Amino acid sequence: MKITRKEVEHVARLARLALREEEVEQLTRQLSDILTYVEKLNELDTRDVEPTSHVLPVRNVLREDEVCGSIDRGKALVNAPDRTEEFFRVPKVIE
Amino acid sequence: MRTTCASHILHNFTSPYNATVIDRLEKAGYVHPGMTNMDEFAMGSSTENSFYQVTRNPWDTGRVPGGSSGGSTAAVAADECIAALGSDTGGSIRQPAALCGVVGLKPTYGRVSRYGLIAFASSLDQIGPITKDVTDCAILLKAISGHDPKDSTSVGLPVPDYTKVLGRDIKGLRLGIPREYFISGIDPSVESCVKEAVRALEGLGARTVEISLPHTEYAIAAYYIIATAEASSNLARYDGVKYGYRTKDADDLIGMYMKTRDEGFGPEVKRRIMLGTYVLSAGYYDAYYRKAQQVRTLIKGDFERAFQEVDAIVTPTSPTPAFRVGERTADPLQMYLSDIFTISVNLAGIPGLSIPCGFTGDGLPVGLQILGRDFDEERILQIAYAYEQATEWRKRRPEIGVRS
Repeated sequence: MKITRKEVEHVARLARLALREEEVEQLTRQLSDILTYVEKLNELDTRDVEPTSHVLPVRNVLREDEVCGSIDRGKALVNAPDRTEEFFRVPKVIE
Repeated sequence: MRTTCASHILHNFTSPYNATVIDRLEKAGYVHPGMTNMDEFAMGSSTENSFYQVTRNPWDTGRVPGGSSGGSTAAVAADECIAALGSDTGGSIRQPAALCGVVGLKPTYGRVSRYGLIAFASSLDQIGPITKDVTDCAILLKAISGHDPKDSTSVGLPVPDYTKVLGRDIKGLRLGIPREYFISGIDPSVESCVKEAVRALEGLGARTVEISLPHTEYAIAAYYIIATAEASSNLARYDGVKYGYRTKDADDLIGMYMKTRDEGFGPEVKRRIMLGTYVLSAGYYDAYYRKAQQVRTLIKGDFERAFQEVDAIVTPTSPTPAFRVGERTADPLQMYLSDIFTISVNLAGIPGLSIPCGFTGDGLPVGLQILGRDFDEERILQIAYAYEQATEWRKRRPEIGVRS
């Protein structure tokens, strides 16, 4: 299947990727190739086949609800690209 | 220690905690020598998608080590360490192990805790050992396996002493040889090494049976939908807020996310995020994602049927030996096809090991893949050890050093 340039730009917005012009062009071509390839799956009749999202036969893994340690604030902030006092700092969100 | 996943976006990231596998190894007395190169976020088959450098194959430095755990396998092959860990989502332990002439095992999904592993595709990822021989593989697997309350997909089955099966003979074991794995496009020297290995296993008393895994040809298509869908969600966390790279140039929050991610991710990672986002987007979910999950059921069924007949399955690990640096970077689809023999194993969740089984005329190692039933790593190790001890391949080492 061919994906259009407009669709690539739309998906890039969904994925929060500010693609550059040459990236949009290249991805339109490459994603079209890949999507054409995966159409191979349509050769298979899967009408009555259950989908597998997970290979293990486990459901609802439960544990005791116990209080235990977590990473302290200092450690959690060590990798922050920007911070102020004990907060992560980000660019302005509201006007 | 810095943990970058070979990505610009994690260039300055130091993990505030250990992965469970590292805690377990430290408890067993291991000393952490360092981290190795890989394809960015484990996305690739050649280690050329690293933000850092290109890792070369110790057997021929003009060639790739395979990937994505190519740094780990090259380090073990070059004798820079005794053993290493890798992660395998579609072949990322087994394929580079084959291309570097070492032993690599992807355990059954759920055997080893993924806590602390940087997530690529959570329903496929599994950590496993990369070693010089089968004995080390068995020792390392035992050390890292077992249930972990921090990973709800790790299974509570007891962990056997995997070294106990080493040395047990393989007389009478039934080995399946899937006809779909000897296809056109397979390198003739790979084919002849693997066929000779099959004869060696027969010589040790194993019985071989031709089997069929009829949905093999659909595995790559299903995989690149499922893996990219999961990756697009997992990689949403890299937004430049709590850790990792942040763009220098943004006026508002959304703009910061978008530029951070464009500048921080490499081309293959962006391609996969785009593909994954597309197949999960409104209107396409059923046509792509659900369809791929249904095909996954069929692929899993192929293996379940086969394992009613046989004790293990034997195949080539990779259709070709190590390829040249740069040879496949221009065409992503071509690169994806190099995982054709390893990918269905992750979709089915079963364990698989690659062991050296000979060399091409150019002196490049070839890998034999042995697949087993769920949580039957013992059987795989038993067969691999019997083969290893009956052959001399493990004694060959690459010549490393400055050539005059």
